[in-house]
Amino acid sequence: MKPPDFDYVAPTSVDDAVKALGSDSEAKVLAGGQSLIPLLAFRLAGPSLLVDLARVDGLDHITDGGDRLVIGAMTRQRRAERDFVVADRCPLLVESLRHVGHPQIRSRGTIGGSVAHADPAAELPAVVLALGGRVHVTGPAGDRTIEAEDLFQGFLSTSLADGEILTAVEVPASGPRTGWSVMEVARRPGDYALCGALCQLQLNGADQVEKAHLALIGVGDRPMRAHAVEAAVLSGASPTEAAALAPDGLSPGSDVHASSDYRLHLATVTTRRALAQALERAA
Amino acid sequence: MSDHAVTIRVNGVERSESVPARLTLADFLRERLDLTATHLACEHGVCGACTVLVDGETARACLLLTVQADRSEVTTLEGLTEDDELGPIEQAFWAKHGMQCGFCTPGFVLTIAEMLDDNPNPTREEIIEGLGGNLCRCTGYVKIVEAVEEAVSLRGGGA
Repeated sequence: MKPPDFDYVAPTSVDDAVKALGSDSEAKVLAGGQSLIPLLAFRLAGPSLLVDLARVDGLDHITDGGDRLVIGAMTRQRRAERDFVVADRCPLLVESLRHVGHPQIRSRGTIGGSVAHADPAAELPAVVLALGGRVHVTGPAGDRTIEAEDLFQGFLSTSLADGEILTAVEVPASGPRTGWSVMEVARRPGDYALCGALCQLQLNGADQVEKAHLALIGVGDRPMRAHAVEAAVLSGASPTEAAALAPDGLSPGSDVHASSDYRLHLATVTTRRALAQALERAA
Repeated sequence: MSDHAVTIRVNGVERSESVPARLTLADFLRERLDLTATHLACEHGVCGACTVLVDGETARACLLLTVQADRSEVTTLEGLTEDDELGPIEQAFWAKHGMQCGFCTPGFVLTIAEMLDDNPNPTREEIIEGLGGNLCRCTGYVKIVEAVEEAVSLRGGGA
Protein backbone atom coordinates (compact mmCIF):
# COMPACT_ATOMS: atom_id res chain seq x y z
CA MET A 1 0.00 0.00 0.00
CA LYS A 2 2.90 2.39 -0.64
CA PRO A 3 2.96 4.52 -3.79
CA PRO A 4 5.39 3.42 -6.50
CA ASP A 5 8.47 5.50 -7.19
CA PHE A 6 8.02 8.66 -9.25
CA ASP A 7 9.54 12.09 -9.62
CA TYR A 8 7.90 15.31 -8.53
CA VAL A 9 7.89 18.96 -9.51
CA ALA A 10 5.96 21.87 -8.03
CA PRO A 11 5.95 24.67 -10.62
CA THR A 12 4.74 28.15 -9.71
CA SER A 13 3.09 29.20 -12.99
CA VAL A 14 0.57 27.59 -15.33
CA ASP A 15 3.06 27.87 -18.20
CA ASP A 16 5.74 26.03 -16.26
CA ALA A 17 3.20 23.39 -15.25
CA VAL A 18 2.21 22.86 -18.90
CA LYS A 19 5.90 22.59 -19.85
CA ALA A 20 6.57 20.07 -17.08
CA LEU A 21 3.54 18.03 -18.10
CA GLY A 22 4.73 18.05 -21.71
CA SER A 23 8.24 16.96 -20.76
CA ASP A 24 7.22 13.41 -19.89
CA SER A 25 4.53 11.33 -21.60
CA GLU A 26 3.91 9.44 -18.35
CA ALA A 27 3.47 12.59 -16.24
CA LYS A 28 0.27 13.22 -14.31
CA VAL A 29 -1.18 16.31 -12.67
CA LEU A 30 -1.44 16.28 -8.88
CA ALA A 31 -4.14 18.55 -7.44
CA GLY A 32 -5.29 17.68 -3.90
CA GLY A 33 -4.38 14.03 -4.35
CA GLN A 34 -7.44 12.64 -2.59
CA SER A 35 -8.30 10.43 -5.59
CA LEU A 36 -4.85 10.08 -7.15
CA ILE A 37 -2.89 9.01 -4.05
CA PRO A 38 -5.21 6.02 -3.38
CA LEU A 39 -4.77 5.00 -7.04
CA LEU A 40 -1.00 5.17 -6.50
CA ALA A 41 -1.26 3.20 -3.26
CA PHE A 42 -3.17 0.46 -5.07
CA ARG A 43 -0.67 0.68 -7.96
CA LEU A 44 -3.57 1.36 -10.33
CA ALA A 45 -1.64 4.37 -11.60
CA GLY A 46 2.11 4.47 -12.20
CA PRO A 47 3.13 7.92 -13.41
CA SER A 48 6.84 8.65 -13.78
CA LEU A 49 6.33 12.30 -12.81
CA LEU A 50 3.76 14.18 -10.73
CA VAL A 51 3.23 17.86 -11.54
CA ASP A 52 1.85 19.40 -8.36
CA LEU A 53 -0.36 22.44 -8.98
CA ALA A 54 -0.49 23.51 -5.33
CA ARG A 55 2.20 26.21 -5.73
CA VAL A 56 0.90 27.55 -9.05
CA ASP A 57 -0.16 31.16 -8.81
CA GLY A 58 -3.74 32.09 -9.61
CA LEU A 59 -5.49 28.73 -9.38
CA ASP A 60 -7.00 29.24 -5.93
CA HIS A 61 -9.84 31.74 -6.27
CA ILE A 62 -13.59 32.15 -6.12
CA THR A 63 -14.64 34.82 -8.59
CA ASP A 64 -18.12 36.31 -8.71
CA GLY A 65 -18.65 37.13 -12.38
CA GLY A 66 -22.23 38.41 -12.03
CA ASP A 67 -24.22 35.78 -13.89
CA ARG A 68 -21.31 33.33 -13.74
CA LEU A 69 -19.36 31.87 -10.87
CA VAL A 70 -15.76 30.95 -11.62
CA ILE A 71 -13.78 28.77 -9.21
CA GLY A 72 -10.06 28.20 -9.60
CA ALA A 73 -9.11 24.56 -10.06
CA MET A 74 -6.96 24.40 -6.91
CA THR A 75 -9.62 25.88 -4.62
CA ARG A 76 -9.98 23.47 -1.73
CA GLN A 77 -13.39 21.87 -1.45
CA ARG A 78 -13.70 22.91 2.18
CA ARG A 79 -13.10 26.56 1.29
CA ALA A 80 -15.80 26.49 -1.39
CA GLU A 81 -18.17 24.68 0.97
CA ARG A 82 -17.85 27.53 3.50
CA ASP A 83 -17.73 30.45 1.07
CA PHE A 84 -20.55 32.99 1.14
CA VAL A 85 -20.28 33.84 -2.56
CA VAL A 86 -20.60 30.17 -3.50
CA ALA A 87 -23.52 29.77 -1.09
CA ASP A 88 -25.27 32.70 -2.74
CA ARG A 89 -24.43 31.99 -6.38
CA CYS A 90 -24.43 28.21 -6.44
CA PRO A 91 -26.15 26.63 -3.43
CA LEU A 92 -26.30 23.32 -5.32
CA LEU A 93 -22.50 23.20 -5.21
CA VAL A 94 -22.40 23.79 -1.45
CA GLU A 95 -24.94 21.06 -0.83
CA SER A 96 -23.08 18.70 -3.17
CA LEU A 97 -19.78 19.35 -1.41
CA ARG A 98 -21.26 18.09 1.85
CA HIS A 99 -21.60 14.70 0.15
CA VAL A 100 -17.96 14.60 -1.01
CA GLY A 101 -15.95 12.23 1.18
CA HIS A 102 -15.51 13.56 4.69
CA PRO A 103 -14.26 16.86 6.17
CA GLN A 104 -10.74 15.37 6.34
CA ILE A 105 -10.91 14.74 2.59
CA ARG A 106 -12.46 18.10 1.67
CA SER A 107 -9.69 19.99 3.48
CA ARG A 108 -7.26 18.75 0.83
CA GLY A 109 -9.46 17.82 -2.12
CA THR A 110 -9.90 20.46 -4.82
CA ILE A 111 -12.78 21.56 -7.05
CA GLY A 112 -10.78 21.16 -10.26
CA GLY A 113 -9.22 17.87 -9.22
CA SER A 114 -12.58 16.24 -8.66
CA VAL A 115 -14.00 17.52 -11.95
CA ALA A 116 -10.92 16.41 -13.92
CA HIS A 117 -10.92 13.00 -12.24
CA ALA A 118 -14.42 12.47 -13.73
CA ASP A 119 -15.61 9.70 -11.45
CA PRO A 120 -19.11 8.72 -12.62
CA ALA A 121 -20.32 8.50 -9.02
CA ALA A 122 -18.79 11.82 -7.90
CA GLU A 123 -20.90 14.89 -7.19
CA LEU A 124 -18.81 17.75 -8.58
CA PRO A 125 -18.66 16.59 -12.22
CA ALA A 126 -22.46 16.16 -12.04
CA VAL A 127 -22.96 19.70 -10.70
CA VAL A 128 -21.04 21.19 -13.63
CA LEU A 129 -22.91 18.96 -16.07
CA ALA A 130 -26.37 19.60 -14.58
CA LEU A 131 -25.92 23.37 -14.59
CA GLY A 132 -24.53 23.48 -18.12
CA GLY A 133 -21.17 24.79 -16.91
CA ARG A 134 -17.79 24.64 -18.54
CA VAL A 135 -14.14 24.29 -17.65
CA HIS A 136 -11.17 26.45 -18.59
CA VAL A 137 -8.04 24.63 -19.67
CA THR A 138 -4.51 25.61 -20.68
CA GLY A 139 -2.25 23.45 -22.79
CA PRO A 140 0.67 23.60 -25.19
CA ALA A 141 -1.66 25.15 -27.81
CA GLY A 142 -2.96 27.84 -25.46
CA ASP A 143 -6.22 28.40 -23.58
CA ARG A 144 -9.66 27.05 -24.41
CA THR A 145 -12.95 26.24 -22.71
CA ILE A 146 -14.76 22.91 -22.80
CA GLU A 147 -18.50 22.72 -22.23
CA ALA A 148 -19.44 20.22 -19.53
CA GLU A 149 -21.57 18.21 -21.98
CA ASP A 150 -18.44 17.63 -24.08
CA LEU A 151 -16.08 17.09 -21.15
CA PHE A 152 -17.05 13.73 -19.69
CA GLN A 153 -16.15 10.95 -22.09
CA GLY A 154 -16.36 7.81 -19.99
CA PHE A 155 -15.07 6.21 -16.81
CA LEU A 156 -12.41 8.58 -15.38
CA SER A 157 -12.04 10.04 -18.88
CA THR A 158 -12.39 13.59 -20.13
CA SER A 159 -11.82 15.41 -23.39
CA LEU A 160 -8.81 17.23 -21.96
CA ALA A 161 -6.02 16.67 -24.47
CA ASP A 162 -2.58 15.36 -23.53
CA GLY A 163 -0.66 18.10 -21.79
CA GLU A 164 -3.71 20.21 -20.94
CA ILE A 165 -4.41 21.40 -17.42
CA LEU A 166 -7.83 22.28 -16.06
CA THR A 167 -7.44 25.75 -14.52
CA ALA A 168 -10.99 26.77 -13.54
CA VAL A 169 -14.57 25.59 -13.33
CA GLU A 170 -17.38 27.91 -14.36
CA VAL A 171 -21.11 27.56 -13.68
CA PRO A 172 -24.04 29.91 -14.29
CA ALA A 173 -25.06 31.74 -11.11
CA SER A 174 -28.46 30.75 -9.82
CA GLY A 175 -31.29 33.23 -10.31
CA PRO A 176 -34.16 34.25 -8.02
CA ARG A 177 -36.76 31.71 -6.89
CA THR A 178 -34.29 28.87 -7.31
CA GLY A 179 -34.47 25.60 -5.40
CA TRP A 180 -31.91 22.84 -5.36
CA SER A 181 -31.47 19.36 -3.97
CA VAL A 182 -28.98 16.50 -3.76
CA MET A 183 -30.50 13.12 -3.01
CA GLU A 184 -28.34 10.03 -2.74
CA VAL A 185 -28.57 6.44 -1.64
CA ALA A 186 -25.27 5.06 -0.32
CA ARG A 187 -24.39 2.06 1.81
CA ARG A 188 -22.75 4.31 4.38
CA PRO A 189 -22.58 8.10 4.73
CA GLY A 190 -19.49 9.36 2.92
CA ASP A 191 -19.37 6.39 0.54
CA TYR A 192 -19.78 6.93 -3.15
CA ALA A 193 -23.50 6.85 -3.88
CA LEU A 194 -25.06 3.79 -5.50
CA CYS A 195 -27.17 6.38 -7.26
CA GLY A 196 -27.81 10.07 -6.75
CA ALA A 197 -29.78 12.92 -8.27
CA LEU A 198 -28.59 16.54 -8.30
CA CYS A 199 -31.22 19.06 -9.20
CA GLN A 200 -31.77 22.80 -9.53
CA LEU A 201 -35.12 24.36 -10.50
CA GLN A 202 -36.12 27.97 -11.05
CA LEU A 203 -39.73 29.21 -10.87
CA ASN A 204 -41.27 32.13 -12.74
CA GLY A 205 -43.81 34.61 -11.34
CA ALA A 206 -46.67 32.22 -12.08
CA ASP A 207 -45.02 29.45 -10.03
CA GLN A 208 -44.18 27.46 -13.16
CA VAL A 209 -40.78 25.85 -13.54
CA GLU A 210 -38.90 27.90 -16.11
CA LYS A 211 -35.45 26.33 -15.73
CA ALA A 212 -34.78 22.70 -14.87
CA HIS A 213 -31.42 21.03 -14.35
CA LEU A 214 -31.01 17.43 -13.27
CA ALA A 215 -28.06 15.05 -13.43
CA LEU A 216 -27.71 11.50 -12.14
CA ILE A 217 -24.61 9.84 -10.74
CA GLY A 218 -23.71 6.17 -10.34
CA VAL A 219 -25.83 5.04 -13.27
CA GLY A 220 -23.31 4.93 -16.10
CA ASP A 221 -19.70 5.44 -17.04
CA ARG A 222 -20.07 9.20 -16.57
CA PRO A 223 -22.50 11.63 -14.92
CA MET A 224 -25.73 11.64 -16.93
CA ARG A 225 -27.97 14.63 -17.57
CA ALA A 226 -31.64 13.62 -17.41
CA HIS A 227 -33.02 15.57 -20.38
CA ALA A 228 -36.34 13.67 -20.43
CA VAL A 229 -36.98 14.49 -16.79
CA GLU A 230 -36.08 18.15 -17.32
CA ALA A 231 -38.45 18.42 -20.30
CA ALA A 232 -41.29 16.83 -18.34
CA VAL A 233 -40.80 19.19 -15.39
CA LEU A 234 -40.76 22.18 -17.74
CA SER A 235 -44.07 21.09 -19.23
CA GLY A 236 -45.67 20.92 -15.79
CA ALA A 237 -45.27 17.26 -14.80
CA SER A 238 -45.30 16.47 -11.09
CA PRO A 239 -42.13 15.11 -9.46
CA THR A 240 -43.59 11.60 -9.49
CA GLU A 241 -44.57 11.80 -13.19
CA ALA A 242 -41.24 13.31 -14.22
CA ALA A 243 -39.16 10.92 -12.11
CA ALA A 244 -40.71 7.95 -13.90
CA LEU A 245 -38.66 9.06 -16.93
CA ALA A 246 -35.35 9.04 -15.03
CA PRO A 247 -34.28 5.55 -16.23
CA ASP A 248 -34.76 6.59 -19.90
CA GLY A 249 -31.60 5.88 -21.85
CA LEU A 250 -29.71 4.51 -18.85
CA SER A 251 -28.13 1.07 -18.69
CA PRO A 252 -26.10 0.98 -15.47
CA GLY A 253 -23.89 -1.99 -14.80
CA SER A 254 -24.39 -4.54 -12.03
CA ASP A 255 -21.70 -4.99 -9.43
CA VAL A 256 -21.19 -6.24 -5.91
CA HIS A 257 -22.89 -3.11 -4.51
CA ALA A 258 -26.10 -3.05 -6.56
CA SER A 259 -27.74 -4.65 -9.58
CA SER A 260 -28.54 -2.68 -12.69
CA ASP A 261 -32.28 -2.93 -11.97
CA TYR A 262 -31.83 -1.65 -8.45
CA ARG A 263 -29.83 1.32 -9.69
CA LEU A 264 -32.59 2.15 -12.19
CA HIS A 265 -35.11 1.96 -9.37
CA LEU A 266 -32.93 4.31 -7.31
CA ALA A 267 -32.71 6.71 -10.26
CA THR A 268 -36.47 7.15 -10.08
CA VAL A 269 -36.56 7.39 -6.30
CA THR A 270 -33.70 9.90 -5.95
CA THR A 271 -35.03 11.97 -8.87
CA ARG A 272 -38.49 12.18 -7.34
CA ARG A 273 -37.11 13.21 -3.95
CA ALA A 274 -34.72 15.75 -5.48
CA LEU A 275 -37.43 17.36 -7.63
CA ALA A 276 -39.81 17.57 -4.67
CA GLN A 277 -37.24 19.18 -2.39
CA ALA A 278 -36.00 21.60 -5.06
CA LEU A 279 -39.59 22.70 -5.75
CA GLU A 280 -40.23 23.23 -2.06
CA ARG A 281 -37.09 25.33 -1.68
CA ALA A 282 -37.86 27.40 -4.79
CA ALA A 283 -41.37 28.29 -3.65
CA MET B 1 14.32 9.14 -8.47
CA SER B 2 15.58 12.32 -6.91
CA ASP B 3 15.07 13.33 -3.31
CA HIS B 4 13.43 16.58 -2.35
CA ALA B 5 14.27 18.96 0.47
CA VAL B 6 11.32 19.74 2.72
CA THR B 7 10.92 21.90 5.80
CA ILE B 8 7.89 21.11 7.87
CA ARG B 9 7.01 22.46 11.30
CA VAL B 10 5.84 19.41 13.26
CA ASN B 11 4.32 20.01 16.69
CA GLY B 12 6.06 23.36 16.84
CA VAL B 13 9.51 22.07 15.88
CA GLU B 14 10.94 22.84 12.46
CA ARG B 15 12.18 19.69 10.70
CA SER B 16 14.24 19.81 7.52
CA GLU B 17 14.71 16.51 5.71
CA SER B 18 15.42 15.14 2.28
CA VAL B 19 12.68 12.76 1.16
CA PRO B 20 11.70 10.75 -1.90
CA ALA B 21 8.53 12.03 -3.60
CA ARG B 22 6.66 8.79 -2.88
CA LEU B 23 7.04 9.09 0.92
CA THR B 24 3.65 9.83 2.49
CA LEU B 25 3.37 12.27 5.36
CA ALA B 26 2.25 9.40 7.59
CA ASP B 27 5.45 7.44 6.89
CA PHE B 28 7.50 10.61 7.29
CA LEU B 29 6.05 11.17 10.76
CA ARG B 30 6.40 7.55 11.82
CA GLU B 31 9.64 6.45 10.18
CA ARG B 32 11.69 9.63 10.01
CA LEU B 33 10.51 11.48 13.11
CA ASP B 34 9.53 8.49 15.23
CA LEU B 35 6.15 10.09 15.96
CA THR B 36 4.23 6.82 16.07
CA ALA B 37 0.93 8.07 17.49
CA THR B 38 -0.17 8.60 13.89
CA HIS B 39 -1.45 5.13 13.05
CA LEU B 40 -1.70 3.55 9.63
CA ALA B 41 -4.42 1.04 8.89
CA CYS B 42 -6.03 1.16 5.44
CA GLU B 43 -3.44 3.41 3.78
CA HIS B 44 -5.91 4.60 1.18
CA GLY B 45 -7.90 7.29 2.92
CA VAL B 46 -10.87 5.33 4.21
CA CYS B 47 -10.28 4.62 7.90
CA GLY B 48 -9.07 7.94 9.33
CA ALA B 49 -6.56 6.40 11.76
CA CYS B 50 -3.78 8.61 10.33
CA THR B 51 -5.69 11.89 10.71
CA VAL B 52 -3.43 14.83 11.58
CA LEU B 53 -3.82 18.61 11.43
CA VAL B 54 -2.15 20.28 8.44
CA ASP B 55 -2.15 24.06 8.82
CA GLY B 56 -4.86 23.62 11.41
CA GLU B 57 -7.18 21.44 9.32
CA THR B 58 -7.68 17.71 9.61
CA ALA B 59 -6.21 15.69 6.76
CA ARG B 60 -5.37 12.06 6.03
CA ALA B 61 -1.61 11.71 6.46
CA CYS B 62 -1.69 8.64 4.17
CA LEU B 63 -3.19 10.71 1.32
CA LEU B 64 -0.61 13.45 1.48
CA LEU B 65 2.90 13.20 0.13
CA THR B 66 5.56 14.69 2.36
CA VAL B 67 6.61 16.95 -0.51
CA GLN B 68 3.06 18.36 -0.62
CA ALA B 69 3.33 19.27 3.06
CA ASP B 70 6.54 21.26 2.50
CA ARG B 71 6.37 24.60 4.33
CA SER B 72 3.28 23.66 6.26
CA GLU B 73 2.56 23.17 9.92
CA VAL B 74 1.60 19.69 11.08
CA THR B 75 0.13 18.73 14.43
CA THR B 76 -0.02 15.09 15.51
CA LEU B 77 -1.52 13.58 18.62
CA GLU B 78 1.85 14.05 20.35
CA GLY B 79 1.53 17.80 19.77
CA LEU B 80 -1.97 18.25 21.14
CA THR B 81 -0.97 18.38 24.78
CA GLU B 82 2.02 19.49 26.79
CA ASP B 83 3.95 17.84 29.62
CA ASP B 84 2.56 14.36 28.97
CA GLU B 85 -0.72 15.32 30.62
CA LEU B 86 -3.95 14.05 29.09
CA GLY B 87 -5.91 16.77 27.30
CA PRO B 88 -9.68 17.04 27.79
CA ILE B 89 -10.47 14.84 24.78
CA GLU B 90 -8.11 12.09 25.88
CA GLN B 91 -9.38 12.43 29.43
CA ALA B 92 -12.94 12.02 28.13
CA PHE B 93 -12.00 8.90 26.13
CA TRP B 94 -10.51 7.44 29.30
CA ALA B 95 -13.50 8.37 31.47
CA LYS B 96 -16.12 7.09 29.02
CA HIS B 97 -14.24 4.02 27.74
CA GLY B 98 -14.16 5.52 24.27
CA MET B 99 -11.74 2.86 23.05
CA GLN B 100 -11.02 -0.82 23.27
CA CYS B 101 -7.92 -1.70 21.24
CA GLY B 102 -7.10 1.99 20.78
CA PHE B 103 -5.76 1.73 17.26
CA CYS B 104 -8.22 4.25 15.80
CA THR B 105 -8.09 6.60 18.80
CA PRO B 106 -5.40 9.06 17.65
CA GLY B 107 -7.35 9.82 14.48
CA PHE B 108 -10.55 10.28 16.44
CA VAL B 109 -8.88 12.64 18.91
CA LEU B 110 -7.55 14.90 16.14
CA THR B 111 -10.91 14.87 14.35
CA ILE B 112 -12.70 15.76 17.59
CA ALA B 113 -10.17 18.50 18.40
CA GLU B 114 -11.00 20.22 15.11
CA MET B 115 -14.72 19.57 15.51
CA LEU B 116 -14.86 21.20 18.95
CA ASP B 117 -12.69 24.13 17.88
CA ASP B 118 -15.18 24.77 15.07
CA ASN B 119 -18.25 24.10 17.16
CA PRO B 120 -17.75 23.96 20.95
CA ASN B 121 -21.31 22.73 21.59
CA PRO B 122 -22.23 20.19 18.93
CA THR B 123 -25.55 18.38 19.00
CA ARG B 124 -25.55 14.60 19.05
CA GLU B 125 -26.34 14.58 15.31
CA GLU B 126 -23.46 16.96 14.63
CA ILE B 127 -21.12 14.71 16.63
CA ILE B 128 -22.19 11.62 14.70
CA GLU B 129 -21.83 13.47 11.39
CA GLY B 130 -18.44 14.82 12.43
CA LEU B 131 -17.13 11.36 13.32
CA GLY B 132 -18.23 9.90 9.96
CA GLY B 133 -14.72 9.94 8.52
CA ASN B 134 -13.17 7.76 11.21
CA LEU B 135 -13.67 4.01 11.54
CA CYS B 136 -13.66 2.11 14.83
CA ARG B 137 -14.05 -1.67 14.81
CA CYS B 138 -14.40 -2.17 18.59
CA THR B 139 -16.75 0.26 20.25
CA GLY B 140 -19.76 0.54 17.95
CA TYR B 141 -19.19 4.31 18.35
CA VAL B 142 -21.64 4.77 21.23
CA LYS B 143 -18.84 5.24 23.76
CA ILE B 144 -16.97 7.55 21.42
CA VAL B 145 -20.02 9.80 21.04
CA GLU B 146 -20.33 9.84 24.83
CA ALA B 147 -16.64 10.74 25.07
CA VAL B 148 -17.18 13.73 22.79
CA GLU B 149 -20.04 14.89 24.99
CA GLU B 150 -17.81 14.46 28.04
CA ALA B 151 -15.02 16.40 26.32
CA VAL B 152 -17.47 19.23 25.65
CA SER B 153 -18.15 19.60 29.36
CA LEU B 154 -14.48 19.12 30.34
CA ARG B 155 -13.60 21.93 27.95
CA GLY B 156 -16.09 24.16 29.72
CA GLY B 157 -18.76 24.11 27.01
CA GLY B 158 -22.03 22.22 27.09
CA ALA B 159 -25.54 23.20 27.97
